[in-house]
Amino acid sequence: MGRVWSSAEPWSMAPFTSGGTPAEEGTWAGRGVRRPLTRPWRYRAPRRLRVRPLGSGEHAFPPQREGVVPVVSRDRIAEPWGTRTPYGPGQEWPTRVDAHLAEGVDPDQVDRWVQSATILHSNGDGLDIAVKDGRIVGVRGRDADRVNHGRLGPKDLYGWQANQSPDRLTRPLVRRDGELVETDWDTAMDLVVRRSRELLDEKGPSALGFYTSGQLFLEEYYTLAAIGHGALGTNHMDGNTRLCTATAAAALKESFGCDGQPGSYTDIDHADVIALYGHNMAETQTVLWTRVLDRLAGPNPPKLLCVDPRPTPVAREAAVHLAPLPGTNVALMNGILHEIIRRDMVDHDYVDAHTVGYEELVERVADYTPEHVADICGVPADGVREAAELLGGAERLMSTVLQGFYQSHQATAASVQVNNIHLVRGMLGRPGAGILQMNGQPTAQNTRECGADGDLTAFRNWSNDEHVADLAAVWNLDPMRIPHYAPPTHAMQIMRYAEKGSIRFLWISATNPAVSLPELERIRSLLAQRGLFLVVQDIFMSETAELADVVLPAATWGEKTGTFTNADRTVHLSDKAVDPPGEARSDLDIFLDYARRMDFRDEDGEPFPQWHDPESAFEAWKRATVGRPCDYTGITYDRLRGSGGIQWPCNDDNPDGTERLYADGRFWAEPDYCESYGRDLVTGAPLEPTEYKAMNPEGRAIIKAAEYLPPHESPDGEHPFALITGRTLYHFHTRTKTGRTPQLQKAAPEVWMEVCAEDAREAGVSEGDHVEVASPRGVIRARARITGIRPGVLFVPFHYGYWDAVTDEAAGQRDRAANEMTVTDWDPVSKQPLFKTSAARLRRVGSGGGVPAPAPTTAASRPVGTGVTETVGGSDALSDERVGGGAR
Amino acid sequence: MRIGVALRELHGSETALAGELLRLADRHAKEQEIYHVAQDLVRWSRDHVREIAAVGPRYGLELEEPDLKNPEPPTEEAGELPGDGSDPDLLLLADLRRLYRMAAGVSLDWDLLGQGAQVVADAELLALTKRCHPQSLRQMKWADAMLKTVSPQILAG
Repeated sequence: MGRVWSSAEPWSMAPFTSGGTPAEEGTWAGRGVRRPLTRPWRYRAPRRLRVRPLGSGEHAFPPQREGVVPVVSRDRIAEPWGTRTPYGPGQEWPTRVDAHLAEGVDPDQVDRWVQSATILHSNGDGLDIAVKDGRIVGVRGRDADRVNHGRLGPKDLYGWQANQSPDRLTRPLVRRDGELVETDWDTAMDLVVRRSRELLDEKGPSALGFYTSGQLFLEEYYTLAAIGHGALGTNHMDGNTRLCTATAAAALKESFGCDGQPGSYTDIDHADVIALYGHNMAETQTVLWTRVLDRLAGPNPPKLLCVDPRPTPVAREAAVHLAPLPGTNVALMNGILHEIIRRDMVDHDYVDAHTVGYEELVERVADYTPEHVADICGVPADGVREAAELLGGAERLMSTVLQGFYQSHQATAASVQVNNIHLVRGMLGRPGAGILQMNGQPTAQNTRECGADGDLTAFRNWSNDEHVADLAAVWNLDPMRIPHYAPPTHAMQIMRYAEKGSIRFLWISATNPAVSLPELERIRSLLAQRGLFLVVQDIFMSETAELADVVLPAATWGEKTGTFTNADRTVHLSDKAVDPPGEARSDLDIFLDYARRMDFRDEDGEPFPQWHDPESAFEAWKRATVGRPCDYTGITYDRLRGSGGIQWPCNDDNPDGTERLYADGRFWAEPDYCESYGRDLVTGAPLEPTEYKAMNPEGRAIIKAAEYLPPHESPDGEHPFALITGRTLYHFHTRTKTGRTPQLQKAAPEVWMEVCAEDAREAGVSEGDHVEVASPRGVIRARARITGIRPGVLFVPFHYGYWDAVTDEAAGQRDRAANEMTVTDWDPVSKQPLFKTSAARLRRVGSGGGVPAPAPTTAASRPVGTGVTETVGGSDALSDERVGGGAR
Repeated sequence: MRIGVALRELHGSETALAGELLRLADRHAKEQEIYHVAQDLVRWSRDHVREIAAVGPRYGLELEEPDLKNPEPPTEEAGELPGDGSDPDLLLLADLRRLYRMAAGVSLDWDLLGQGAQVVADAELLALTKRCHPQSLRQMKWADAMLKTVSPQILAG
């Protein structure tokens, strides 16, 4: 590491010096109930804390020097956010290096540490992978990384173990006589190529579709986009990022003409108000939340606004918590904007100089009085006023947005209103004043940048012919080969075309739609159609792979090299640490192999794509980004090696990267340059180029107003609850990795359902009871957890599918996945499916025998009652922490 | 004064448009975006019809509340593209084309009414046209956008 672990100014409250004091329990913020805006300085002491002697050789750190800070060992299942390292506004976030090594492995036995970053969430925390005897034996946070300053979350500390699961796919599989049987790569790829060629000859490229991920590397998405859009010429390509970050991209395009997060994680260091909209940061980006907790524990802490129907850890810390009825976010946001405008907490100079559309906003929100909004959203009118006061009074306002908005009815319209608050308040481009329209997945940003979600590569505008021609020149292809006659086909529409039989070839990489898409009965049946040739490229036999005609075994993180970019535009390199198992190959190799076998050629007759490995793919990508907003031209693999991450744009003008966008009130919104002309926020219809030019000739930020529309499915007599789905801290997606990680699996072993005490009483449900939850589309069975969730709302985590379910397969019972119940409907602007707007009913099936629900107690699913055993990890979850280490 | 004629015409065309949107949703319920957005857009036409009816008496009109649950069949024939009418994809194209033209007609009617409102100096009526006309245009643009989005796959098939 080459770092000196001495701490000149150890934090006086650092727990390893005190041994800790009894934990102070947080108080629950009521819905819209005011908590003092000046919150008391509070320090929550750790509970399970063991101090070990120095240099014991048991820790994932090099031997200690004199006078260095000690290493503490913590159960990071029980304490997901670890030790507090308080800091004040404008100060550097202290380092805290977290590490976990396999049982019995000493750090001095590690052969080498290989640079990478975290892959089981979107935060992009720098880490090093420990390798011993050709195997991954642990991870350690990188203290010099700008994102995490050494910290890691529970999924990162333990999740690497899944790489070594005995049930990894190691050989290609093909379906013969209805069964998937092992074969060699030539046989499998020949089948894929033959079917591609047949369909191209018979039907043309519109019979082929690709559905990828938010977890591959940049080089892989870029290659896929080049193959799909360039070589094959199909418009049908999307990522599962459609489910998680499509609205982030859409909201940024609507407001700023282009994707790209304006803010930076470092805005947390400076903000005096942090607003989290539908963003349970404590569970989705644990290290980012650790940063917030450290600000909250330090002097002059920021105040938080939380908009969430669940009693999340964020809600517990919030000065104002609003828990709106699902499906009413636009009304709430319009109410807050109504108050900000009514009280004239508006930066008129900024609005006049840098925006268009303000007058329309004023007109639109005029009717959304707090009382009117209170009626729609079911929040106190005073709560709306307090939220406006908090936001309107902020000097350095930071906002983050995630699935509570993105996966809801009117997703983009609501998220755009968050941007509008920043625009009317002039809160952009300076420390603490930033927007993060967050991502849900580690490499979702790259899916968007590269165009593997259908967007045109490097934020080009598919409805600008010059942009298409420019990309064709970069690729050395005929522009007519790149489809740009219509918006790129989004995931749900790809599935619809597959259902109707007009897509006959679907290649799914690194995602599991048979568990993650809405209305699973439909998805399973359309993927299983005989007329659909289904290729699934994955690392495990997922529920989707089981339906495939060809299964391609892929390498994963740690087994291949590539780059990826997090939600604040930080680019990391992830180097190959070990070989993939068996015959598994990197996704890049598989895509390039396909291209070579298809014999794609560019205009000069040379093989296309023109690159052949990760680094040549990255260099090719850089050429595609020249002059575009996501300009990577100043980044190289060599620069990334050893670095703490670099934020794009990084080019001659910004050689060290760019911390915040739009610092000068200038945007990437000029009509000839912008990525998108925008869409109608109600109908989703794209604006014509002429309309956009008339509206925004100078390329200013666009203030877009939206009316509230009621959700398409509301609770009624038969289905009286609003059903929402979401994540838990301990799992990722469909648990393909986290379910194979002992510590994580034990922390959240089985599906559960959350209901408030009042609704539970009415339904005769007690903690741990077996219940049935049903929507008009499907039914699941789960155990009930009684929490402080908003009355009238049920929550079910979406992680649990069938690969490890104990179900009666003979009876064909599929009653575990939350998506059996969700609705096939999406935001017409971002095309993101709605996972937070279904109606459901609840029925008690049987007693739980006094055994509590298998839901973690550490976060949003914390029980209201007593007697539920706390979630702990035990001895095999002990991880090391080294706090401090001096200035960075 | 013939403002009443324009109002009656608009009342009729908005009612027909609302009916057409509902019919579109009903006929293409598995095309989920069309199904949901068409129903969202019915709200605008319903509001417009209500507002036109409210203005009616000032121009000597008693306009009835239309039965939008059971819309009248469209005045134009469905089969406008080659085919025997049983192909749901071609039917979708035909329906979207008709919707576009109906919304364009409504939009034009609002234009006309706006001209009338100005010449008789009816500020309230002018404000109504300014409220409603943009929404008709957005309905029309939606039909156009959906047509552009769904047609390539249908025509290539």
